[in-house]
Amino acid sequence: MGKYIVRRLLQMIPVVLGATFLIYAMVFALPGDPTAGKCGERECSEAYKAAFYEKYNLNDPLPIQYGKYMANVVQGDLGENQYGNDVAGELGDRYLVTGKLALMALLWEGVIGIAAGALAGIRKGGFMDSLVLVSTLFLISIPVFVTGVVSQFFLGVKWGVASVTVSADATVYELLLPSFVLGSLSMAYIARLTRTNLAENLRADYVRTAKAKGLTPQRTVGLHALRNSLIPVVTFMGYDFGALLGGAIVTEGIFNIQGVGGYIFRGVNNRDGVAVVGAVTVLVVAYLLVNLLVDLLYGLLDPRISHD
Amino acid sequence: MTTVTTDPSAKQYRPENGRLLDVEELHVEFHTQEGVARALNGVNIYLDQGETLAILGESGSGKSVTAQTVMGILDIPPAKITGGAIRYCGQDLLQMGEEQRREIRGPEISMIFQDALSALNPVFPVGWQIAEMFRVHRGLNKSDALDQAVHLMERVQIPGARDRVKAYPHQFSGGMRQRIMIAMAIALDPAVLIADEPTTALDVTVQAQIMGLLKELQEERQMGLILITHDLGVVADVADRISVMYAGRIVEKAAVHDIYANPAHPYTEGLLASIPRLDRKGQELYAIGGLPPNLTRMPPGCPFHPRCGRARDICSSDDPDLLEVVPGRLSACHFSEEVLNG
Ligand SMILES: Nc1ncnc2c1ncn2[C@@H]1O[C@H](COP(=O)(O)OP(=O)(O)O)[C@@H](O)[C@H]1O
Ligand code: SF4
Ligand SMILES: [Mg+2]
Repeated sequence: MGKYIVRRLLQMIPVVLGATFLIYAMVFALPGDPTAGKCGERECSEAYKAAFYEKYNLNDPLPIQYGKYMANVVQGDLGENQYGNDVAGELGDRYLVTGKLALMALLWEGVIGIAAGALAGIRKGGFMDSLVLVSTLFLISIPVFVTGVVSQFFLGVKWGVASVTVSADATVYELLLPSFVLGSLSMAYIARLTRTNLAENLRADYVRTAKAKGLTPQRTVGLHALRNSLIPVVTFMGYDFGALLGGAIVTEGIFNIQGVGGYIFRGVNNRDGVAVVGAVTVLVVAYLLVNLLVDLLYGLLDPRISHD
Repeated sequence: MTTVTTDPSAKQYRPENGRLLDVEELHVEFHTQEGVARALNGVNIYLDQGETLAILGESGSGKSVTAQTVMGILDIPPAKITGGAIRYCGQDLLQMGEEQRREIRGPEISMIFQDALSALNPVFPVGWQIAEMFRVHRGLNKSDALDQAVHLMERVQIPGARDRVKAYPHQFSGGMRQRIMIAMAIALDPAVLIADEPTTALDVTVQAQIMGLLKELQEERQMGLILITHDLGVVADVADRISVMYAGRIVEKAAVHDIYANPAHPYTEGLLASIPRLDRKGQELYAIGGLPPNLTRMPPGCPFHPRCGRARDICSSDDPDLLEVVPGRLSACHFSEEVLNG
């Protein structure tokens, strides 16, 4: 197990280097004058340009530039963005919000998705099954943008039961509706995944054994069949969490959430290379770590998987 | 070795004159897209304390459905019990409420299955799965229940039981897994153990070991044992009586040695001829021609007649009853005596 983790962590190094180099190259090797637009209408002065090139090592060949950048990154220094703010610090704040939002979305997905899927899967073709199939189809076919704006209007503006926007503090209450909107699509997938797996596991031989042991239907279904059905569901949720950590541009936009998605979006729009590369670097590392965690969790959930 | 002792007088179910189980005129059908498959058509079997009954028949003859109906683990729907009674110690299981039946499953009647790998839950340790019997039915706490599980694993001769109690089913060999199934099934000292093809998935040497273990446990605990098989060779040494099944009915009933020496039904004759026997070494192995009937469209007359070498006109019109040929021997064939004597 320990060996496995070390091996996986070592495997991450080339992935992180490759991914960050690509993004670095794409952002900083863009054609055109990197100082364009930095000095108002006029072209920047030669002195400014020289200082700029010096600061960002733009006179070096690309691999050297990248090497110098990464040397700072490993020391926790992601540089300053075009407003002169510390990217690492800003990202830290943003990740607090995005992480909270992602966790809450995951909670919605898990609780509602699994419950609905279990109710549907217990009796395939029954009323609950049809209800869940129709409502998940509904969620899957509506774009998140629409779900977000409509629910914001009705729940937030009209009926006042949810917060319309999210403040810089991003309290749990404020994030209730946005996280639900953000999780709604995966919620539908989880419900369907749970349903299919449970219905299939209910026909498994070990469920018949559980009945033969004189267990109650609650124990047979809720413990023996559901425990097996949740293996793929929990795995899905793990990968989904990784994806959610990349930020949620649409949801963040609708509810004015100061998250990672918006940060990257603005960075790209403003050609703020340092901000973009910094954010993506953190994102790649976070995603890979979450992936490793999911694989470890999978091994715990399914004893047949071995990580030796 | 310690086992959980229960006061025998506290037992709610006591056999009358040694009779544990009486299955009477059991009818079960399956509602499928093709129509109604009549899986059981009036099955009668009984079981006494301390005896072993073998149920023999080709695949699809209704052996598992019979066992699952007795256990009460049939999936209803698609199955439907359309008639009959299953008396356990005089009480009809089919008239009982679900809760009462649950209290019988495990402590009174229990069952082991063909493929222990799929019959055990892959995500729980084997010890946990055995211990669950004690926790659910006896209310034992986790560690006491696990201790009982270790004792049972020792009893079914799993080497290093105490160290392996936390291992998962896939970490055992096929034979060891079946031993774990057996440990789980006998955990609460049931009066009846049903084994549905317990050795079909195993190699020949392991088959013999498992059969030996079942026999040993049955004698030690005076259980009634129902051994389901499609292979008479497997049960010949272990069983006392045999009921032969065909197309959802019992077509012959007799003591093992009688059937082995001299069958009274052409179907049994065919089954016997198709197992390799030392005393017939060198002879070509026989296989019954044709296939069992489609249970949604049973042929008129004797259900075996399309495949029977002895069939005559009456066989395709009149369905033979299961009748006594000579004392202690029943056969459902118009020409039982002829079969028996020739
Ligand atoms: N789940 C099911 N759905 C439909 N028909 C079934 C089902 N289970 C059993 N049957 C029917 O019952 C017959 C007997 O099956 P079974 O008792 O499993 O045979 P076996 O003697 O091999 O154990 C089968 O031939 C099939 O027609
Ligand atoms: S009744 Fe006729 S068809 Fe049926 S087993 Fe006897 S001889 Fe064969
Ligand atoms: Mg069977």
